[in-house]
Amino acid sequence: MELLIKNGSVYDPSNGIKGDKTDISIKDGKIVEKVSSNASVIDAGGRLVMPGGVDAHSHIAGAKVNMGRIMRPEDTRAGIKPRTKITRPCTGYTVPNVYAMGYRYAQMGYTTVFEAAQAIMKARHTHEELEEIPIIDKGALTLFGSNWPTMDFVREKNMDKLAAYVAWGLLASRGFGIKCVNPGGGEMWGFGKNVTGLDDVVPNFDVTPKDIIVSLMKVNEMLGLPHSVHLHCNNLGKPGNYKTTLASMELAKQVKPSKDRQVLHVTHVTFNCWGGTNWGDFESKADEIANYLNNSENITTDMGQLIFGSATTMTADGPVQYANAKLLHAKWANGDVELEDASGVVPIFYAKQVSIHAIMWAMGLELALLTKDPYKVLLTTDHPNGGPFVNYPEVIALLMSNKKRQEEIKTLHEAVHKRTKIPGIERELDFNDIAIMTRAGHAKVLGLLDTKGHLGVGADADIAIYDIKPDQIDPSVEHAKIKSAFQSAAYTIKGGEVVVKDGQITATPMGRTYWVDASVPDEHTEIMMKDIRMKFKNYYSINLANYMVQDEYLTHPKVVRAGVIPAEVS
Amino acid sequence: MAVITDALCPFCGCVCDDLTIVTENNKITEVKHACKLGAAKIMGHHRIKAPMMRKDKHSEFKEVSYEEAINEAARILSNSKRPLLYGWASAVCEVHKKGILLAEELGAIIDNTATVCHAPSTLAVHEKGLPSATLGQIKNRADVIVFWGSNPVHAHPRHMGRYSVFAKGLFSEKGRKGRKVIVLDVRKTETANMADEFVQLEQGSDYLVVSALRAILSGHADVVPESVGGVSKDALLKLVDTLKTGKFVGIFFGMGLTQSKSRYKNIDNAISLVTELNAFTKCVITPMRGHYNVTGFGNVCAWETGFATAVDFSRGAPYYNPGETAANDVLIRKETDAAMIIAGDAGAHFPADSVRHLARIPIIQIDPYWNATTEVANVVIPVAICGVEVEGTAYRMDGVSLRMRKMIEPTHPPDTEILEKITERVKVLRGE
Repeated sequence: MELLIKNGSVYDPSNGIKGDKTDISIKDGKIVEKVSSNASVIDAGGRLVMPGGVDAHSHIAGAKVNMGRIMRPEDTRAGIKPRTKITRPCTGYTVPNVYAMGYRYAQMGYTTVFEAAQAIMKARHTHEELEEIPIIDKGALTLFGSNWPTMDFVREKNMDKLAAYVAWGLLASRGFGIKCVNPGGGEMWGFGKNVTGLDDVVPNFDVTPKDIIVSLMKVNEMLGLPHSVHLHCNNLGKPGNYKTTLASMELAKQVKPSKDRQVLHVTHVTFNCWGGTNWGDFESKADEIANYLNNSENITTDMGQLIFGSATTMTADGPVQYANAKLLHAKWANGDVELEDASGVVPIFYAKQVSIHAIMWAMGLELALLTKDPYKVLLTTDHPNGGPFVNYPEVIALLMSNKKRQEEIKTLHEAVHKRTKIPGIERELDFNDIAIMTRAGHAKVLGLLDTKGHLGVGADADIAIYDIKPDQIDPSVEHAKIKSAFQSAAYTIKGGEVVVKDGQITATPMGRTYWVDASVPDEHTEIMMKDIRMKFKNYYSINLANYMVQDEYLTHPKVVRAGVIPAEVS
Repeated sequence: MAVITDALCPFCGCVCDDLTIVTENNKITEVKHACKLGAAKIMGHHRIKAPMMRKDKHSEFKEVSYEEAINEAARILSNSKRPLLYGWASAVCEVHKKGILLAEELGAIIDNTATVCHAPSTLAVHEKGLPSATLGQIKNRADVIVFWGSNPVHAHPRHMGRYSVFAKGLFSEKGRKGRKVIVLDVRKTETANMADEFVQLEQGSDYLVVSALRAILSGHADVVPESVGGVSKDALLKLVDTLKTGKFVGIFFGMGLTQSKSRYKNIDNAISLVTELNAFTKCVITPMRGHYNVTGFGNVCAWETGFATAVDFSRGAPYYNPGETAANDVLIRKETDAAMIIAGDAGAHFPADSVRHLARIPIIQIDPYWNATTEVANVVIPVAICGVEVEGTAYRMDGVSLRMRKMIEPTHPPDTEILEKITERVKVLRGE
């Protein structure tokens, strides 16, 4: 099947194309040099063309997300749409059902999304949901930061065993990379405690969060995984935590990247750039984080932008969720996973007149606007923690228009003036910056830039066309048009197939699930498995034979090879 | 002879995964490590041989072909204005997915066995959330275990050995000796006989007792009377002290709490107690789910429709309002004009008024076994046994997803195949 997109105003940052009128040729789901005269033609008519959106951090599937649905029928009711001839029914706003996840991302022109956290023991559940999310390609990061084997091997300083465990854990969970959430804190939450900084010693395991982070970064690079360590910092949710975030970033200096990408991705910075010592003197230190990013080379971040209104916080950071529930008097789900991690789900409503929320709203924007290189700050809302992903167009409009920001600031608690820098920031991002922060940057951070996030020959034919003519619009003034265009793509093309036209779903192919098969020397696996077998014999509540995610749960797999032994490209 | 190790038990919510199954000539000859209940289910008993139909509920069943039975089932369902698809708990998640698709197609109500079991717990979760943990967390850490209105000795026989009372783990190497076990119940059950403390409550006073515990915990012992729900104040004070001073408290609750007076409010209150206990120690609460995959239905239904159960598709979009849309709501109101009962036995477990209505309307039963529902059915379609003859996914009571193994080749088609064919036939009948 051949397709030609003509007369597009193309933004393809990684190929250096900034608004040029370029044709894009598509054959068999891939972008090619040229197509025959039989190709069907889409005339973009000068409209904005970008690679399909990529999201490196979103909570779209698994135990936490489903607990959010089960405990929040009020949220399910907030987004109900009946089935059509080609679509299943849609429900939910912050915790949409599996169908709405796929359709709504596709409607915004997104074609690849990564679930940000799964415990190995609950990965089967994640994949059951991922396999039902239509259209988009996806994958899931696997939690390693409080796993007993991780901490044992870190304490033993045995990086070969740790690397073997990570490789095996990715296979067991069919995961894409290393997620590390409040390292050590997940274990301590097992007895209702938490770590308070990078140097605290985790009882019974005799390791520190710092040891865990550095060791995981080392084995990540030993294994040459496509993505780096993806860190949710310690002390998240506590005023003053920007110091912990900076100290965590500093650790990245100890490790050299094995590929052309960061060694550490620090996620949802809106929740970890907090100054002050309590809720009274709470202030933004996003500028300090941005300053650090501007002077370092091996770290990336994402915004975790706050969106006013309803959100559902969900994280493997169990203790922070208990604290949230207490603070907000909100309903609280907790989901400790034996030997692996914690988790919690708490609904929240972000209000413009709550000083903390107004300041948090500013933090994500400050980070994005004060960091010079857009490859270092990805656009996310940490869906649905900062707010649901359907609000990305709102964030795009805010980043592109100071006028919109100033209008918004007028409606917010006055603290936004005194305790953030946002009112004085005039920078307005352009379409190229946005294409980086919503596509190319994500693909680069994930290590998928060969086929995702760009429109060069050989890339997957994942393309979005938006109803904007970049040379005829002033985003600074016409921000409402920007927002509505990004909400509802004129076309979304996934793997060469038109899946959205004029904002409506036209086809629902199944996307693929990416996972990383990393090889390590057999003898390392053998030694590591002795420990694992002992843990199953004595501690786990299920048998090893029933632990690993079976092939049946990946009906459309896409395996990315990595490993200590360089593997042949397959 | 073939031996299957690490096999999973398709009986209760414990989903024990350490069974050894011995088979010979496609028959199961031995089940090792299972409890009596699990072994009995796996060994099997009298099966429905072939599809059956009858003209009316008074006449005898006649064996028919699968095609005839499927066509008749599709005819009944597509003629129905208010169909109910009920059961699901003894089937794997792959069956649930087909069932929800059929419900969408029909504009039916889909509900599962939780409606007479732990659905009140789900209502409480809507109000208060669910501070819980996987069972291995309890095995490794819990030093105080509470069973409230549940009797695992009879209902979940291996729970105490594998996950709770006797289980040994990293921080619980002494097993039973290192644990305090408390049972709260209206009668002295066999579980109570094994407990360190048995607190006997008056029937229907669970809510009061939880409230008294919460009052004491929050420093208001002064307002608690000398006796609450038949429990002395001293016993309550002692209980709060035990809970507060435990290092890790695991509370398990059963239908004694969900289906007694105050129903979901009991759980709502208990979850509040658990949340408040976390200011003092670590405490988690877990429902003792009955059927091995009733938890799975709630999960599949939630990720596909946004709601865990009792979903009404009559508007084309999921609608959920228990009290209005649960199986017994529509049966007692006599709204349902046809029902499909699958992998659950409404005939045996529903209130009399509901069963009376089931006896008046056309019923399709899909099940491996003859049971009370068969007695009110018009069309009976026997299927393979999930978790014995069919592999697939099940969710343990703590939400851990596991893959059930196939032990022997099926002698009947799987539920998924029957549901697919009914759905296809319904589409044809509706001219789609």
